[in-house]
Amino acid sequence: MTAFVKQPDLSAGALHVWQRNRDVLLQLWKSEFVAQLLEPPFVIFALGLGLGKFVELDNGQDYVAFLAPGLLAMFPMFTAVFECAWNSYLRLDQGTYRAILATPASIDDIITGEILWGATRSTVNAAYILLVAALLTPWLGMVDSPWAILCVPVAVIPGIFFSAMSILFASVAKAMSQFGYFFNLVINPMFWFGGAFFPTDSLPAWGRVVAWCIPLTHATALYRGFITGELEWSMAGDFAWLVVATGITYLAALWSMRRRLTE
Amino acid sequence: MTENAVEAQGLVKRYGPFTAVDGIGFAVREGECFGFLGPNGAGKSTTIKMISCLSPVSWGTLRVAGLDPRTDARRIKSQLGVVPQEDNLDEDLPVRKNLEVYARYYGLSKAVADTRIDDALALFQLTEKAASKIGDLSGGMKRRLVIARSLVSEPRILVLDEPTTGLDPQARHNVWQKLRLLKARGVTMILTTHYMDEAAHLCDRLVIMHRGTILTEGNPHALIGQHAGNEVLELRMEPEERAPLLGELGAIAGVTVEEVEDLVYVYGAGQRARDLALGISDPGRAFLRPGNLEDVFLRLTGRGLLD
Repeated sequence: MTAFVKQPDLSAGALHVWQRNRDVLLQLWKSEFVAQLLEPPFVIFALGLGLGKFVELDNGQDYVAFLAPGLLAMFPMFTAVFECAWNSYLRLDQGTYRAILATPASIDDIITGEILWGATRSTVNAAYILLVAALLTPWLGMVDSPWAILCVPVAVIPGIFFSAMSILFASVAKAMSQFGYFFNLVINPMFWFGGAFFPTDSLPAWGRVVAWCIPLTHATALYRGFITGELEWSMAGDFAWLVVATGITYLAALWSMRRRLTE
Repeated sequence: MTENAVEAQGLVKRYGPFTAVDGIGFAVREGECFGFLGPNGAGKSTTIKMISCLSPVSWGTLRVAGLDPRTDARRIKSQLGVVPQEDNLDEDLPVRKNLEVYARYYGLSKAVADTRIDDALALFQLTEKAASKIGDLSGGMKRRLVIARSLVSEPRILVLDEPTTGLDPQARHNVWQKLRLLKARGVTMILTTHYMDEAAHLCDRLVIMHRGTILTEGNPHALIGQHAGNEVLELRMEPEERAPLLGELGAIAGVTVEEVEDLVYVYGAGQRARDLALGISDPGRAFLRPGNLEDVFLRLTGRGLLD
């Protein structure tokens, strides 16, 4: 049994693993980037303007403006999940990790590099969505405050969280087909109940408890505060929630991958 | 005094209740090629994985380049080149990029890495394939690339797990030739194989493993002389001829006879055995050949299928 709480064995190897993933992306950027660039504007138009016409919020806010922080939380979550669940499992399965392990890099280096990479893509994605929302603001009124820029550095934390959670799942998956469970039982409920599409305080008491347990809820709440400029003390709680959950999930991912990769 | 490149005493690897390596000891000298031979499941690959710090030692002592894999894995790995059994090239990157990314894991500067990569690609005749996708390479090219990759760190010790399994004869001979070249440059090599001709071609010394233990150790020629003799006679004959001839052959000093279904092997055959063999009713069924490592291997590990 390997110890759960153990000082991570880290070196420059983690950076080299991150660089490996960057190099791969630079080879494939054409096919990788296009879909990611188009999807957020599509969703803003379809949900924000299309569906938004039929939605009236208690506080009189436009639905499209309500939606913006949700998108800022949701799309980067999917980016991290695709990178660190599917792609990491592929690298595990095709022997890439074992090849790297024969070099001075450690298991902790590899997993940390992967998570940092997932977090990087996730954060870049968040920055892009913020940019789109800001550019559309003269027409759609999505971004109300310069505090919104804080969404970008803060996005690193959920980026790490969702990457670590995905690696954790990849470390116990026996086959690619099992990712259906992860997606349907973990990611999808977060997507729908994480406060992106409707205010969670409209839920019954038990629903609010469920929503509080969902990491996406806290990311959405933080972004909502920054984008509207209505900063509240509860945001410190949301931030602390994310930091603690991220630390635990990171250690769990390291521990589980050590078990998976140690022969 | 030069220290040994690798030293093991009472080395054990357990997976739950299963003991894969059962208290082996060996020493690999600096600059030699040392082989681990054995059937599937003998514990060769497990031993190699412990040496390359990929699999933790369960018990016993192991020193690689004078260091302990339990505490100094990074420093050991920086001095090793590892060629695994499976071609685990990075399918997402083209040929040259594979080596560039790999060199970075060793912390090599771009300039140093570029020179070494050019050399390695040239040595393994892959220069023209530098921009190719991994998926477009033949089996032999992939294998050569894996070996080339293991050289970019200029390892002091090269660890090869079945380096030529699955290659056609041309590619095998090509790989052997490169490995001999590396050995001439002073690289210590440790290899596992179940090809006896490969071991005979490359190894200065070898051990034969079976069920996690070492059965014998020595240089290939000495082992052949000791366990098979210089000449081996293979005979197929009618059952009625068999018993009297076997009696006569077995009586010759230094000769051992082994019956395997319809074949009779006569180890350590000399003039007298040859004369007797020519007396069988169909001399065309007698075949004389030099003893080889395969004889040693089969005599020590038995002829039954092991998996």
